[in-house]
Amino acid sequence: MLEAAELDCERGGRALFRKLSVSVRGGELLRIAGANGSGKTSLLRILCGLLTPAAGEVRWQGSSIKSLKEEYSRQLVYLGHAPAVKDELTAAENLHVTCTLAGIHGTVGDALDRFGIPADKPVKQLSQGQRRRAALARLVLSERVPLWLLDEPFTALDSAAADVTRNLIRNQIGRGGAIVYTTHQDAGLSDSRVVEL
Amino acid sequence: MLAALRVVVWRDLLVALRRRSDVAVALLFFVIVASLFPLGVGAEPNLLRAIAPGVIWVSALLSSMLSLGRLFEADHADGTLEQLLLGAAPLGAVVAAKALAHWLVSGLPIVVIAPLIALQYDLAPPLYGVLALSLLLGTPVLSLIGAIGAALTLGLRGGGVLLALLVLPLYVPVLIMGAGAVEMAAAGLGGQGQLLILAALAIVAAAFAPWAIAGALRISSE
Repeated sequence: MLEAAELDCERGGRALFRKLSVSVRGGELLRIAGANGSGKTSLLRILCGLLTPAAGEVRWQGSSIKSLKEEYSRQLVYLGHAPAVKDELTAAENLHVTCTLAGIHGTVGDALDRFGIPADKPVKQLSQGQRRRAALARLVLSERVPLWLLDEPFTALDSAAADVTRNLIRNQIGRGGAIVYTTHQDAGLSDSRVVEL
Repeated sequence: MLAALRVVVWRDLLVALRRRSDVAVALLFFVIVASLFPLGVGAEPNLLRAIAPGVIWVSALLSSMLSLGRLFEADHADGTLEQLLLGAAPLGAVVAAKALAHWLVSGLPIVVIAPLIALQYDLAPPLYGVLALSLLLGTPVLSLIGAIGAALTLGLRGGGVLLALLVLPLYVPVLIMGAGAVEMAAAGLGGQGQLLILAALAIVAAAFAPWAIAGALRISSE
């Protein structure tokens, strides 16, 4: 499904990795491991097309993601470092906006319930962990999206929310989806492969 | 795609509604700057009438600058910008929706309030319409050109000052045509020529600026 060949990545004049090749197929869970600053987030941003690699190419089902543009964006969910929720809006409004932008339809309330997030409270009143959950609630509605790219999905989560997330990931793999995620601790998932940076 | 664009405008308007102080600051800034001139240059009616179009237009320019910083900065900080970049709708259309929301919040109130400011300058009542119309055509161009600058300076240290240096020279044609329309109408020559050029500028900006904004955003969010 997703292939990246001979990627070079430089940030601020420093080479993070060279000649890195990764690939992930449907039903596979790929973990990107490595110390802080080793380029896990950069690799994920390259894979979703937010960052252009210094060399190399990322291909989705054989075509370069550069030429696919929005067509590729529709096939993926990217959850980055920041929770990507607006402080001024409620969790439900945030999820509605994110899903509409991504072209996903579904019942926002149910998804927030799964993560135990109050739907009508402004996000500004939520804790860091709750914001993270509000962002992860999007995964509940993203069953039909074939590729998930998750940057440190378990950060700031309590054990209950981590369990919900683990189940979502397992179910998605079971349905034949592909997932790439980064973490520097053991997440308790059975990874198909691990890329060490 | 239309649903995505609607939701972007709705989201930005809702955020603005819940952060009313930000909107009020830019508008108050416009009112105060435009009101300082009569206090500074004295109450000579002919002089005031002569400088009114220019002063009101420059105030509108500066006020529009003030709110540009917020356009992408907040989205960049909380990570929602990445979600816009990875959205299902073309980025050019999405940023056009954002520029529209910016104009509704910062440009449209100026159009509405400008005739009141003109009162202080003893502008002839028939000119109020020309002034409002020139602002109605010109302020969207300010939002669109400003958004290019805001996208280019996103995440830079001292980006606010750089943004002003980058964008203000580009505002010059809009300023000349906007103030010129009112001056021509005041001289009894009719400002249609300038207004038509403003309309042309607005169309050109609406057609091309969104793609420039999208390109700049992709570069500066890397």
